[in-house]
Amino acid sequence: MKVLSLNFLSCAVKGCKSSSDSYPLHPKDAELVQDDIEVNAQLLINLLPRIDWTALTTTATELGFPALPPQAPTPEELEADEAKLKDLHHLLMETQIMEGKLVCASCGHEYAVREGIANFLLPSHLV
Amino acid sequence: MEYLIRFSQSHETFRLPETKAIAEVGGIDMKVIYYNPESPYCVVRLPSEEAAHFLMSRSILAQSIHEHWGTGENYEVLHEEVKRKTSHLWPKYKNSSFKFSLDLYQGTRPNKRRVELINSFSYMPFEGEINLRTADEHFVIFEQWDFQAVTRNLPDPLKIHLGRVVGASQRKLIHTFDLKKRDYISTTSMDSELALVTANIALAGPGKLFYDPFVGTGSFPIACAHFGALAWGSDIDGRSIRGDGAKKSLKGNFQQYGLSHLMGEVFVSDLTNSPFRKKRILDGIVCDPPYGVREGLKVLGVRDVEKYDYVIEKGKVMYKDEDFVPPKKPYSFVVMLDDILQFATDRLVDNGRLSFWMPTANDADQEIGVPTHPCLEVVVVCVQVFDKWSRRLITYRRRPDSEVDAAALERWQQRTETNGGVTADELNPFRRHYFNAFRTQAAVDGATLEAVPN
Ligand SMILES: C[S@@+](CC[C@H](N)C(=O)[O-])C[C@H]1O[C@@H](n2cnc3c(N)ncnc32)[C@H](O)[C@@H]1O
Ligand SMILES: [Zn+2]
Repeated sequence: MKVLSLNFLSCAVKGCKSSSDSYPLHPKDAELVQDDIEVNAQLLINLLPRIDWTALTTTATELGFPALPPQAPTPEELEADEAKLKDLHHLLMETQIMEGKLVCASCGHEYAVREGIANFLLPSHLV
Repeated sequence: MEYLIRFSQSHETFRLPETKAIAEVGGIDMKVIYYNPESPYCVVRLPSEEAAHFLMSRSILAQSIHEHWGTGENYEVLHEEVKRKTSHLWPKYKNSSFKFSLDLYQGTRPNKRRVELINSFSYMPFEGEINLRTADEHFVIFEQWDFQAVTRNLPDPLKIHLGRVVGASQRKLIHTFDLKKRDYISTTSMDSELALVTANIALAGPGKLFYDPFVGTGSFPIACAHFGALAWGSDIDGRSIRGDGAKKSLKGNFQQYGLSHLMGEVFVSDLTNSPFRKKRILDGIVCDPPYGVREGLKVLGVRDVEKYDYVIEKGKVMYKDEDFVPPKKPYSFVVMLDDILQFATDRLVDNGRLSFWMPTANDADQEIGVPTHPCLEVVVVCVQVFDKWSRRLITYRRRPDSEVDAAALERWQQRTETNGGVTADELNPFRRHYFNAFRTQAAVDGATLEAVPN
């Protein structure tokens, strides 16, 4: 699972959707791998306004990345700064959680990630 | 300038929508001058030859595009139009090598007559060499004959066009992505041609985010990724995503086509209990939802909460086990359609598209209407007809909120709430009645890769 994806997903439990604690999910015992993917500037620039920067900052810190700047770069800044673009690409697109868990801080439910694939199926008491 | 598109004579109702969608992706102002579903020839006005090339760079249902030099009911009229409209262009090709050929739709001509027809254009002052293999310019005479012209022994075609070849389409992609050559498929994998066409109609393109919530073996995300989108997918069935964990898997398919860099997230989830944030971040959603002909439609949960109390209790304790399988219950197809529309409404950016497939029996009284949502405008409905049933590709556009009728939205919300809405657990009679018509057909086709409602 990519770090980008953690920014777009929350707890699957319906009762949790309205709770701010259900997002972002918190990685636990995460084993990371780094993929090698060519930088796709157009994609990153388009995605930037859709990213919740506060949540991304939390995720990055929890995964042991150096602290992100408090403000998201603007698309123009990103376009003009190759190093920034590369760093963001590395974090969002190349960093994958291969094994581990994602924990909801609202209901405590743990979602398993195995071989890079997260499982959001819920047991019956949560649907 | 006018251009003549030579379509393939198949999937007729998809052809113009695909072309229009490509024009929209390219920001091209295209005007349709002539189109008839019964003919493979279509004339459009385009701002430039570059625009014509762009259309071909993505088109699956066109074969080629041509600068339109004239049209006539007979050769006399055609020659007159060609002279009137294109004589200013002739000097441009004076020294080019060139060739002429004939494209006869539903007709035949003996060789001798072919040569005569080609020679009838000799008033054009072309002095370059005639080169049948690598000519600089290729002119095509298109004859459109009436249905069964050969057996009916008809003397003349209905219409004749002349065009100068500009470029060929991407029909070869049908073979590149052919299911027969794909490492990992299932009985419900969408064929490569229609998966690519769907991605086109939904406006998949570079820099965009696309998602298939019923991803199966990934036919749609792969088509979207081919056109440059970052493609996401999920499925309630984890096995369909994982496959054998190696080559025969969703990931393996992306690798096979060199598209791994555009594989977004794939995860296991039920559309009715989705972890996807309610945020308008998707450019497109494309899918072929389950309709429960082979197996009943299922979502997470237990049907009878009291009776299966012990199952629920077991889940609380066991869910972290690696091989825990969460219980599923039957679900209504009609409610699932509402769920898909609401899901899309909550996730698509303004003008983002939802394109999904839906089977229909060919019987009019079993017809179920196009599902609607006040926030989604129906862009186009395309139909693929089989013997006993059809399926439709329905495409919507997410209206910007400023275009949404507030009263209609309120009524929609009330209706979906009162019938149980997104959490309803009604098993409706619809599925029984609706699918009986082609259930036998499905059983016959069941073992093959042919499309059957799933
Ligand atoms: C028609 S198949 C899609 C096939 C896919 N287009 C392909 O090319 O392989 C429908 C898929 O929906 C999945 N499905 C069924 N119920 C679901 C649900 N409630 N939520 C998510 N996926 C579901 C099935 O496991 C199946 O893979
Ligand atoms: Zn939760």
